[in-house]
Amino acid sequence: MSDTRIVQIFILPTVILLICMNIFPLIYSLFLSFTRFSVISDAPPEWVGLANYQAILTDPRFWNNFAITGRYALVSVALQTIIGFGLAMLLRTKFKGSGILTTLILVPMMLSPIVVAVFWKLIFNPSAGIFNYLLGFTNINTSPEWLGQTDLALWAVVIVDVWMWSPFVMLLALAGLSAIPDYLYEAAAIDRASAWFQFRRITLPQVMPLLLIAVLFRTIEAFKQFDLVMGLTGGGPGDATETVSIRLYKLAFQGQYDTGMSSALAYVILVIIIAVSNLYIRQLNKARG
Amino acid sequence: MFKKSIFLTAALVLVAVLSFGMVGAQDISELTIWWAQWSPADFLQQVGNDYEEATGIKVTVVQTPWGDFYNRVGTEWAAQGSSFDMVVGDSQWVGQAVTQGHYVDMTEFMTSTGIAETVTPATLAYYGEYPAGSGSYYAYPTEGDANGWAYRKDLFEDPANMEAFEAAYGYALDVPQTWEQLRDIAEFFYRPDDGLYGIGVYTQDDYDAITMGFQNIFFSYGADWQDGTFNTLGVVNSPEAVAALELYKELYSFAPPGTNDAFFQEMNDVYLNGQAAMIMNYFAFFPVLASDQNPYAESTGYFSMPAGPGGERYAALGGQGISINNYIADDRKDASFAFIEWFAQEDIQRRWAELGGYTCNIAVLESAEFLEIAPYNAAFAETMTFVKDFFNIPEFGRLLEPAQRNLATYVVAGEGDAQTALDQMAEEMDAILVEAGYVQ
Repeated sequence: MSDTRIVQIFILPTVILLICMNIFPLIYSLFLSFTRFSVISDAPPEWVGLANYQAILTDPRFWNNFAITGRYALVSVALQTIIGFGLAMLLRTKFKGSGILTTLILVPMMLSPIVVAVFWKLIFNPSAGIFNYLLGFTNINTSPEWLGQTDLALWAVVIVDVWMWSPFVMLLALAGLSAIPDYLYEAAAIDRASAWFQFRRITLPQVMPLLLIAVLFRTIEAFKQFDLVMGLTGGGPGDATETVSIRLYKLAFQGQYDTGMSSALAYVILVIIIAVSNLYIRQLNKARG
Repeated sequence: MFKKSIFLTAALVLVAVLSFGMVGAQDISELTIWWAQWSPADFLQQVGNDYEEATGIKVTVVQTPWGDFYNRVGTEWAAQGSSFDMVVGDSQWVGQAVTQGHYVDMTEFMTSTGIAETVTPATLAYYGEYPAGSGSYYAYPTEGDANGWAYRKDLFEDPANMEAFEAAYGYALDVPQTWEQLRDIAEFFYRPDDGLYGIGVYTQDDYDAITMGFQNIFFSYGADWQDGTFNTLGVVNSPEAVAALELYKELYSFAPPGTNDAFFQEMNDVYLNGQAAMIMNYFAFFPVLASDQNPYAESTGYFSMPAGPGGERYAALGGQGISINNYIADDRKDASFAFIEWFAQEDIQRRWAELGGYTCNIAVLESAEFLEIAPYNAAFAETMTFVKDFFNIPEFGRLLEPAQRNLATYVVAGEGDAQTALDQMAEEMDAILVEAGYVQ
């Protein structure tokens, strides 16, 4: 038996697994997105062409879901980047206990999102939660209902997401900061460059590739965000926090089992994520020069 | 010679496999029942343990949180899976499960054994029959349930409260006979400065909570989901429905803060922590209020739904029937039938009721013993005479979504008005029913 044949035999199980678990579902769901079909129905898929995509792109509710997701991703990732980078700058200089502090800051991102959601639900509770109390709202009758008011619910989700994932940005930013050679700062100091100049011309450009990777990951995650929103608000009140992922879940499973339409929506989300990722990757390549 | 040996070995293996299969077919040693995660499922497990003692067949009740129960069962249906032998499914599922072939037809079993005669007609119709009036049964009514009310008798019977209430509203403070009276009482006990709130109502929009809570008023006000021909336009958004929805929102304004995503657990929570003077809940969740966990257990009373403006009384139907999974082997179906036949016996149903299960067995329900077992049983027995349900056609899940969303948007999020919410709901439901072929 030739070496090539042996290699092929060893690779074959993985290829078969990939085809069964990834390629086939991908192609089959693409087919289903052009059909009217419910997975729990006996009826076979009925070809409807582009009707599902047309329905998604012309339904104001779907556009509202995309708008909510966009707002959530934009605000959440922006805050995570600022806070994460800020924390990294603070922890860049070693001091006594900085190791323990860094580890403690990383704890939220190690927790299960659904557990985080359940805990924050209690924290936000206007009767028994501590969040309003810390903000100075001591009268439960006038304190805000973070998860019950349409104007606050999305902010509540953003707060939890930022609490959970800013450490991730911090971690990558710290890696980028620690890789900056000291001689660059030494040379700048000899030239009497100000701290702001050093930050703008040395720190930021040097850390930018890793920061962009963090932003890329966080943006993709924000677009896919499901468990945290589901656990905190379930998309409510009304549809105030109904992101596309929540809508997709409701369409695909919760009572509806509209497999055709949900497959189409999944592909629309996939296209958007690929497009956004490409934009970031271009920026990343530019930053790398 | 070599070939002969291979054939002989293959034949022996085949015989062994078939023999093993036959032995297995005759000897089912365990049965699996899927149900939601709540106390009645624990009670069913205890009854199942009795069955194991009696027959040697182990019964395992697998529990899933209510919010995920339908999804889990639906996914199993989609896979035509055999992970469970029986499921205690919601009343609304029957249409879908029957038309899509997920449940075993139990008509012959129910009628030939006489079991159909042992349960109340309403529970048999709502939990087991499909289509309505067809006489075809797919479930044995297991857990009869509906919405009722728990209230603080110490507050209601307090002389100072009684005097103040009568002075303010012109009639005596008592268990409300009408929805208007219930509103007045909720308003009267709304004392946020004292940490006391008038009422607790369902608001959660995950599965069916807010719709079920609203239905109590909706039906009692003379409104309905359709006119008998599946027309929803002008029906779901009728003036009666609008008045009912406005009242539901008003009731929510007297509820404790933080009950914007509330279902049975949150209702009991606000009652147990002394925040609510009265709460709506399914009777199945009242046992905890009669237990040591409730500091007000001694002074907790229960009442059934009040009447609407026309004197009509309706309660949103809960409860479930036990059905057999169509995708299991025939021998497992036979074993499941045997379990249900055993479970349906009067003495077992009496035991079921003693444990806390809400039997649908007529003889047990009518017994004085049952009415005295628990303080809420009398209200339960009364309620089960005027229950009414949401759509139970296969499209119920799709119809539930616009109901939940539009109700939550108006009641909880406070957006728009009742008329707009119901207009939107009626239109969306109509589109679903037109697409499904119920309406031309």
